[in-house]
Amino acid sequence: MDQKNRDSPYLPNYLTEGFTLRSWLTTNDHKRIAILYMVAITAFFFLGGAAATLMRLELATPAGDVVSAETYNKLFTIHGVVMVWFFLIPSIPAVLGNFLVPLMIGARDMAFPRLNLTSWYIYVLGGIFTVAALIAGGVDTGWTFYTPYSTTFSNSNVILVIVGVFITGFSSILTGLNIIVTVHKLRAPGLTWFRLPLFIWANYATSLILLLATPVLAMTLTLVALERLLHIGIFDPALGGDPLLFQHLFWFYSHPAVYIMVLPAMGVASEIIPCFARRPVFGYRFMAYAILGIASIGFLVWGHHMFVSGQSMYAGMVFSMLSFMVAIPSAIKVFNWTATLYKGSITFSAPMLYALGFVGLFLIGGLTGLFLASLALDVHLTDTYFVIAHFHYIMVGGSVMAYLGAIHFWWPKISGRMYPEIMGRIAALTIFFGFNLTFFPQYLLGWLGMPRRYHEYPPEFTLLNLFSSAGAAVLAVGYLLPLCYLSWSLFFGRRAGANPWGATGLEWQTSSPPPPHNFEHEPHVTRMPYDYQPVR
Amino acid sequence: MKFLFLPAASDIAQRVDLLFYTLVALTGMVAIAIITLMIVFCMRYRAGAQVDRTNPPVGLRWLEYGWTFTPLVIFLAIFCWAAVVYAHFYAPAPGAMTVFVVGKQWMWKAEHANGRREIDELHLPLGQPVRLVLSTEDVIHSFYVPAFRIKQDAVPGRYTTISFTPTREGEYWLHCAEYCGTDHARMGGRVVVMAPAAFATWLERGTSNASLAALGFELFRRKGCSGCHAAGSTVHAPDLAGVYGRVVHLQDGRTLVADEGYLRDSILLPKKDVVAGYAPIMPSFQGQLDEGELAALITYLKENRGPEK
Amino acid sequence: MTTSPFDSALERREASLLGMWAFLATELMFFGPLFFGYVHARIAQGDAFVAGSHHMHIVLGTLNTAILMTSSLTMALAVRAARDTRPVRTWLALTALLGLVFLGIKASEWLMELGEAANASGGEARFYFLYYAMTGLHAVHLTIGLGVLAWLWVHARRFSAAYHMPVELTGLYWHFVDIVWVFLYPMFYLLERYR
Repeated sequence: MDQKNRDSPYLPNYLTEGFTLRSWLTTNDHKRIAILYMVAITAFFFLGGAAATLMRLELATPAGDVVSAETYNKLFTIHGVVMVWFFLIPSIPAVLGNFLVPLMIGARDMAFPRLNLTSWYIYVLGGIFTVAALIAGGVDTGWTFYTPYSTTFSNSNVILVIVGVFITGFSSILTGLNIIVTVHKLRAPGLTWFRLPLFIWANYATSLILLLATPVLAMTLTLVALERLLHIGIFDPALGGDPLLFQHLFWFYSHPAVYIMVLPAMGVASEIIPCFARRPVFGYRFMAYAILGIASIGFLVWGHHMFVSGQSMYAGMVFSMLSFMVAIPSAIKVFNWTATLYKGSITFSAPMLYALGFVGLFLIGGLTGLFLASLALDVHLTDTYFVIAHFHYIMVGGSVMAYLGAIHFWWPKISGRMYPEIMGRIAALTIFFGFNLTFFPQYLLGWLGMPRRYHEYPPEFTLLNLFSSAGAAVLAVGYLLPLCYLSWSLFFGRRAGANPWGATGLEWQTSSPPPPHNFEHEPHVTRMPYDYQPVR
Repeated sequence: MKFLFLPAASDIAQRVDLLFYTLVALTGMVAIAIITLMIVFCMRYRAGAQVDRTNPPVGLRWLEYGWTFTPLVIFLAIFCWAAVVYAHFYAPAPGAMTVFVVGKQWMWKAEHANGRREIDELHLPLGQPVRLVLSTEDVIHSFYVPAFRIKQDAVPGRYTTISFTPTREGEYWLHCAEYCGTDHARMGGRVVVMAPAAFATWLERGTSNASLAALGFELFRRKGCSGCHAAGSTVHAPDLAGVYGRVVHLQDGRTLVADEGYLRDSILLPKKDVVAGYAPIMPSFQGQLDEGELAALITYLKENRGPEK
Repeated sequence: MTTSPFDSALERREASLLGMWAFLATELMFFGPLFFGYVHARIAQGDAFVAGSHHMHIVLGTLNTAILMTSSLTMALAVRAARDTRPVRTWLALTALLGLVFLGIKASEWLMELGEAANASGGEARFYFLYYAMTGLHAVHLTIGLGVLAWLWVHARRFSAAYHMPVELTGLYWHFVDIVWVFLYPMFYLLERYR
């Protein structure tokens, strides 16, 4: 089909395949399933965000006067549970991964389309249980469920939320399984491993972690539930159990989980930056190996969450050293993204602003990780706002910005429409500014000794908390903007052609939005990825 | 700028601060360098700018290996430095004063050797090495004194310890740093560092309690321990004089040094580490002794070195 | 309407096999924490574990092991039959029957040990917990396998040399369940039995 026809907005595409709700809820099309995920995770994002808003409202003043202590404890718990398991973990893999992986490798769909839909239903079922726990009065254990508080002392709806997270875990596992088999078996002719876009490498490595780490969480949470029900004595010392056993099992999953949250974001940055710098990514092979390195070493560092837990000093030393090791491939990636700007021809579209923001904020978040990996420093900094700032820099300044950048970058492909560019840039800058105002003061608060999970605090911390809460207000506005103008663009946005950015990648070789079966003719790949032509 | 100031009130605080500020400088320089480079590239190579864009590099082996191994070396150096300082938290100086601290929802209880008790406060003498032995009556808590740069979880079912020397008089925040339920944010208080003479006065004043060791001796008899462990007993039980710090040979071949944790386990879980040559007939006292009584018994055992030779 | 993502039957077969192996890897990681818990507890309380092991019903356990391994044989023969376009129903039924017998014996063991387990304390209580948890989880997986076998039995006419993927994938799953038992059996029944 020639270029002109491919750009025609009136071609049948996956969106026009059926207009009924039923056609959406019984689809096997990976692109529709991606949209189903997108709607669901957006709802959860705003739920988790509402909790955060209330928390920052409370923390604007030192006294605990907005909500009760118990309510605050439930707020930070639901914020963590929702943001980690119902937003961040599925965000890029289940929305953009599902949409783009088959397109990027020249396939018609994922390897197991019906399993894909089942994964979404499993996710929704888990979400229903979690919301039920919220409606039933909430949970106050923190998203980390430390024992014996969660097994013996908490009077909240622990088992209900555990069931929700347990069920949703299977959605993660099956999504990972689907991506792995798809990337192994459905690549177009000529698409060898080292011709794959880094987005694919990133989601592939993420899927390995999804597959292998999530079952450990499932079993650990099951044991917590069993102990709560049957008082057995696995984690509760009063019954002969070991609370540190819980921590080892929990963090064995939850540390790799943070790489589930950041690796896909890195993949996104590696797609956007070459496009808007009009040149290939620097050091493609190192980038691919770095992704695999992060995924594998990431399984070996979980004990760095436990330096003051009572685990042996020597175990702490081993985990500290390995934690420094895992920082190296991340550093390599930051250097390579920077080098990709060299001799490029750079435009500052909204996706590029998000991607550049990602690199800068991930850099800062990652560097502060070095503080936490340092044993003697971590004694002071752990369980304080320093840790909160560190992981929010990576997960919000990093992953959420990359997710938004990706949504904007692939919006024309997904919806067939362009979003309003000025609004995109305004939102990106608002979010960047609001984010830094919210979270940078928290590094200082942590160093000064403000512990986390506190709804009231010593008065000397007031000014920094005020800055942080002000920043949160700006951030909230920033996040609402895309919700508004992206929805607007669905009806009134300028129609997009097949490749509005002039990007490389197979997904741009088909119409926007793509036809149900993705490609009219199966692509044959002969070129390296990111072969942007140099600009004079 | 008072609101940005945290005093360094312990020996280890100064070492931690040196490491911290070094890392701030190092990471600060790296962050500024890379962000500046990004900004410079973005400005210089923005679309439409007339600059030399010939042969943009797609890889440069020496550079890539360089910026892999350089961070590696730097990171290993930081790791070593931090690990060495970390070891000091767990290596008590000789002559360290032991204080038992018990966390419970939602308060801290401290007990000095002479029996003086405190709630949500800890008085310490300036310049005297301290070793805190932490335990908890319910969930995990964490004893955190930002001014000292110390933090240690109190874990149910065991003792944990942390050692330091206060180096500055004053009052400092004490916080619980491990989420422990409803009033976690209110579980705190203050640590008061006093001149040695003032501390000695304070220690003597206001306590009608017997010293921990005296209380422990009384418990040792009242709970029946001396029935088996005293010299003239017909029951074959290990002699406990001087047991603290002794190397103990266990039934399964292992050896360990008898510390507070071992003594605690022997009282509460006597079948866990049975001494070689003895039958596992000691009953458990789990549920019969609270943390304070355990601390007293253990202090008595530590100080009971047996008759003068 | 579902367009198949695969270009050929071979591609579909390879993808399905890879998918099942990946799924079995997750199952391994699901059992993993329990195996880890067993190792952790046994190092701490080896004697209690030996005592608990001596209370197991060795005859029934060994019989069950033989039954389960035989069922793996019949499952393999079912796969072979499907591959050769021969009838599979008999082999599937035999496999399911053996699986059911296994479950029956297991259930009777659980009932017999319940009293002992309820009165256990300390290390022995932990032994019993791990025993019930691990053999219980194993039984859940076995039961799911029985369900799948029933489904295969109902749809047995579909399978031939050209298409027998479901039988083959079930075979992989069934062998995995068997292999897990091969580890559980010595872990619980054979501790220092013949010293």
